[in-house]
Amino acid sequence: MDYASSERAGAPPSEIISAKIVIAGGFGVGKTTMVGAVSEIEPLTTEAVMTSAGAGIDDASKVPEKGTTTVAMDFGRITMAEDLILYLFGTPGQTRFWFMWDELIRGAVGAAVLVDTRRLTDAFAPLDYFENRHLPYLVAVNCFDEAPRYEPEEVREALAIPARVPLIMCDARHRESVKAVLIGVVEHAMATLVAEHEQGVGVG
Amino acid sequence: MTEPHDPRGNLVRPYAVTRGRTEPIRDIPIEAVLVATPAAVQEARFAGHDKYRIAVLCEPKAQSLAELAALTRLPLGVARVLVADMVADSLLTLHSAAPRKGFTERMDLLGRVLSGLRKL
Ligand SMILES: Nc1nc2c(ncn2[C@@H]2O[C@H](COP(=O)(O)OP(=O)(O)OP(=O)(O)O)[C@@H](O)[C@H]2O)c(=O)[nH]1
Ligand SMILES: [Mg+2]
Repeated sequence: MDYASSERAGAPPSEIISAKIVIAGGFGVGKTTMVGAVSEIEPLTTEAVMTSAGAGIDDASKVPEKGTTTVAMDFGRITMAEDLILYLFGTPGQTRFWFMWDELIRGAVGAAVLVDTRRLTDAFAPLDYFENRHLPYLVAVNCFDEAPRYEPEEVREALAIPARVPLIMCDARHRESVKAVLIGVVEHAMATLVAEHEQGVGVG
Repeated sequence: MTEPHDPRGNLVRPYAVTRGRTEPIRDIPIEAVLVATPAAVQEARFAGHDKYRIAVLCEPKAQSLAELAALTRLPLGVARVLVADMVADSLLTLHSAAPRKGFTERMDLLGRVLSGLRKL
């Protein structure tokens, strides 16, 4: 994809809209791999300094010396048009950084919760998190080579995933597979928005 | 004189770069993109090293706040303060994150993202 030439030539677009999709999940489930599979740039890492109490992101002024910690998030970019950029943000894996997730999901189109079938129970906490947020999400089961094979319905039952939440099997290393996950997220977000609109809730 | 390496690393930098101010002028979303205004690189030469680097990065290509933080290796909150300053000083133009209100606006955006993904 090459928008570089149009960037220089002529006037820049008056408004560039950026959207984001969040790739969530526990430690080592393949979030960075998934971002890297479709990103046009090598996944970048940004760090946020925060208090260990989670009181405020980057608010180092309140705790100058002790109790601060650095959380890394990686992300990728897909330039879709001169005036539209999609960012993919991977959540920090460790559960103690979940307060960071609130900033990440704010304004997001939707999220995919990645699950590793070798450590299914690691998925409970991320799934709980999204069950309690107003953001469309789906579950993407990352099929590691050496992992036990489950039917999608077995995973759904084991993790008590509600029927309204889509579940997709994927391989985080493969572009086409990751594309399918992201398309699933957006389609689910559209369906959710339409349903809410028809019910007259969430109308902005 | 070169600066001695500070073992506390990034933790002390917020003071150095933002002169103790940690409240961003605007609450800029991490995915919102910024573009340098025509004179930005020239003018940012006098705005300090980090602002200059930000101006240079935003000159050829729109960059999100997250990208600017990552590429300059500044903590996100510090980058946010600097970027907000630069927007206030007309060095950068802030573009909008996805609409969060309005059924039609949101559906339009989702539709565009969907077709963008299908074309990948
Ligand atoms: N076989 C296989 N390996 C994978 C897959 N996805 C990721 N991996 C490998 O699993 C390891 C962890 O993947 P990462 O993408 O770093 O996982 P992460 O979720 O970003 O990890 P943290 O950020 O540390 O929480 C890496 O060595 C990947 O190469 C997959 O679909 N199949
Ligand atoms: Mg990672």
